[in-house]
Amino acid sequence: MEPASHGLRESATFDRATIHAIQRAAETGIYDIRGWGAKRRLPHFDDLLLLGASMSRYPLEGYRERCDTDVVLGSRHAKNPLRLATPVTIAGMSFGALSAQAKEALGRGASEVGTSTTTGDGGMTPEERGHSKHLVYQYLPSRYGMNPDDLRAADAIEVVLGQGAKPGGGGMLLGQKITERVAGMRTLPVGIDQRSACRHPDWTGPDDLAIKILELREITDWEKPIYVKVGATRTYYDVKLAVHAGADVVVVDGMQGGTAATQDVFIEHVGIPTLAALPQAVRALQELGVHREVQLIVSGGIRGGADMAKALALGADAVAIGTAALIALGDNHPKYDAEYRQLGSAAGYFDDYQDGRDPAGISTQDEELAARLDPVEAGHRLANYLRVMTLEAQTLARACGKAHLHHLEPEDLVALTIESAAMARVPLAGTDWIPGAVR
Amino acid sequence: MCGIVGLHLREPALEPRLGELLTAMLGQVVERGPDSAGVAVYGDPRLSPPGRAAVSLLGVTPADAEAALPGTTAVAADVTTVVHADLSVAALLAAVADALPRATVIGSGTDMAVLKGTGNPVELAESFGLANVTGWQGVGHTRMATESAVTPEGAHPFSVGPGQCLVHNGSFANHATIRRELRAQGVEFDSENDSEVGARFVAHQLSEGADPEKALRLLCERFDGFYTLLVSTSDSFAIVRDAIACKPALVAETDAWVAMASEYRALDVLPGIENARIFEPEPEEVYVWRR
Amino acid sequence: MATLIDLAETPVRELNQALHTPSTATWRILNPRGAHAVACGIREDLAVEVEGHVGYYCAGMNQHATVTVHGNAGTGVAENMMSGTVRVRGNASQSAGATAHGGLLVIDGDAAARCGISMKGVDIVVGGNVGHMSAFMGQAGRLVVCGDAGDALGDSLYEARIYVRGTVKSLGADCVEKEMRPEHHAELAELLKAAERDEDPADFRRYGSARELYHFDVDNTAAY
Repeated sequence: MEPASHGLRESATFDRATIHAIQRAAETGIYDIRGWGAKRRLPHFDDLLLLGASMSRYPLEGYRERCDTDVVLGSRHAKNPLRLATPVTIAGMSFGALSAQAKEALGRGASEVGTSTTTGDGGMTPEERGHSKHLVYQYLPSRYGMNPDDLRAADAIEVVLGQGAKPGGGGMLLGQKITERVAGMRTLPVGIDQRSACRHPDWTGPDDLAIKILELREITDWEKPIYVKVGATRTYYDVKLAVHAGADVVVVDGMQGGTAATQDVFIEHVGIPTLAALPQAVRALQELGVHREVQLIVSGGIRGGADMAKALALGADAVAIGTAALIALGDNHPKYDAEYRQLGSAAGYFDDYQDGRDPAGISTQDEELAARLDPVEAGHRLANYLRVMTLEAQTLARACGKAHLHHLEPEDLVALTIESAAMARVPLAGTDWIPGAVR
Repeated sequence: MCGIVGLHLREPALEPRLGELLTAMLGQVVERGPDSAGVAVYGDPRLSPPGRAAVSLLGVTPADAEAALPGTTAVAADVTTVVHADLSVAALLAAVADALPRATVIGSGTDMAVLKGTGNPVELAESFGLANVTGWQGVGHTRMATESAVTPEGAHPFSVGPGQCLVHNGSFANHATIRRELRAQGVEFDSENDSEVGARFVAHQLSEGADPEKALRLLCERFDGFYTLLVSTSDSFAIVRDAIACKPALVAETDAWVAMASEYRALDVLPGIENARIFEPEPEEVYVWRR
Repeated sequence: MATLIDLAETPVRELNQALHTPSTATWRILNPRGAHAVACGIREDLAVEVEGHVGYYCAGMNQHATVTVHGNAGTGVAENMMSGTVRVRGNASQSAGATAHGGLLVIDGDAAARCGISMKGVDIVVGGNVGHMSAFMGQAGRLVVCGDAGDALGDSLYEARIYVRGTVKSLGADCVEKEMRPEHHAELAELLKAAERDEDPADFRRYGSARELYHFDVDNTAAY
């Protein structure tokens, strides 16, 4: 019998997950490290709605009248900006955190629909480069596997200051995933628990970042777009400083953004939601007069075409997905439910990416498990999902009368809650009230 | 985030060239701080005539200042107005507070003026007429605003005690708390800039009798975060960096001068640099040169 | 004959473009005056002489080339070098040889803080002293200090080896002194020779990782 059905009452403050966390801490003496992103409920794009056309605005015919989706990233200074067919990219995830098969599948899926994928904190693998039409190379504090040949082989460079799951924190990879190949690429002993730096080793702050970006441009002869990625916290200032430092593209990752291994306390308690960060980033770009000239990519909890359309309406040039892409590959699939349960989890709940025993063969370096993921088939699944996202966003944009996804505007949106209205700076539905707005 | 330059002359024969040298130095750190800039100059007879009190102000024109303060003379440098009077510094400050309540005091002393503005630092130096300034010590700063507004008031140097100046590269991590503590003790602030908290803290220590060494040692104990600081007074030129010492600082020293800058290229413009002793200040070590 | 480039007249961009598609093997660069990113991203076996002080990231990500700075170097000289030799005749600022994977970096004078931070296989020989947090998280390679080392030497060290002739102000977390065995004398002698130095390997002490922080452990929480 369910406890609640005979009158037992669970504490809202000390709920079962909290009680379990205290018990776990008391038993182990060390903090909980896990994957995934923030699991708490947050104001999000679900709290916004689009205003479709009717009388005052004219809609476009689905399937017949054009609604373009192309986007150019990095046109500010780079000789060769990225030209993508759809404004949804694959976010940085490392080989090491993910299996080689998963990395290859991400490249295949992204390439099939004409978008980009991104390396991670562990260097570039040949499989990934080979199967990715557009590959963004992350430049991180650890510089694991950092190599000028790979830098030149990349299509863009992303200087990573932080990620939404842990703004201010460094990378982690636990020993079970530091196999010989992963260790070799990172110049680490096999099997250690890797702790990466949180600050870059040779610059701190925007004034020195400007010189670092100059060096990266000099090494690559000013060909590659340079992105600057920040975890969402003081986003308004960070975006302005990224522009001052010379970024071609700014990437803002909200607190729902995923991770392969981070302290749970960090994931759930640091940073701000994507919805709160995006309007700040756009305002910063607009005040500097570079909105659309310096492109904005937003990530953190993007799940489908509706999130994408709303993010673009608020002023993003593109969105990036991580967790959703892994789910498209096969993560948390019900067919592995029995195996998830053996690991103490369940399909739909699995977040132990740090552990390396992923039954879906994605967040693992175990050869047998990784072999379960067919990169061709998984890549095709991802491509299908990206196509659906794009079609969904087009459907919504056409309904609003837009011939390009980038023609969506904040004025096409209303909010369902006071919180989301204040964060997104759009009116509460049915009113002209934007809480906190100064007229 | 920012670029810092400072020049303390030992050789009087170089004093006519102070402004020219400071201008050249400032021009080398523009990329570090393209938003706004400010300088403090010690000993220029036009900006701080000998024997008179000099108060540097924002938010008032020279004509309005002279009209509101009978017996004073005023000179302009970009948006800054420097007012002079045959009074004590304290008396002139009191008169300014009384007659020009909306003006912001950005510097005061008997031998120092502070000039600030927004925009490109090279153009500002031109607008200040910096190249023609003379004197025995100068400090300059170019700013890339991190969290507080880009305004002349938010530009460095922060000069909050007589003849004192502070410029900062970095970002304090607990300045909001220290600001609250100082406010509770009656200290007033002009900006939301974290660096002003450092300047007010140092001025507070100096006013309570600490020398620059002690004031900066106390700052290291109290302030968290990243900083390279250049602190000048009418008889000293001092440098300190935080324990991690990420934010750059280089010192060059000859018999004729001591100079400090964020990057070497700003020192390369100085005469005799090829024979200077060049070094980086150690973390949490206070360096002071006296006149 | 060496190609002469005067940075008083030629922008750094033109210099680097020329070094990336070189027409000759020897280069002489005049008037660097603290410029940044001088001679970075070279891919070939060139000999580059820089006549003066340079700014940040000189010879950054160097491959195969021999770059000599006849002066001081700013932050991150030879950062992420892969191969080749970079020699600084004067002093180097912070993060010299940061994250470098290979090659030899020689600093005749002093190196400031974080020399060899996250080094990944480079060999670094410093004629003078090194500042605090040198070889922080050093993963592989050798750091030789002929003078003294500052605070927290080798903090969170992985497999990089450190040799110091003078004093060490303090060791960082998980860095310990280790025995100098014959193979260490031999490799140190080779490194000193490669750096054209005449110190006696017998005067050095060796430091390395205690490897106690390799795994998250409740007993190590004070060191995290």
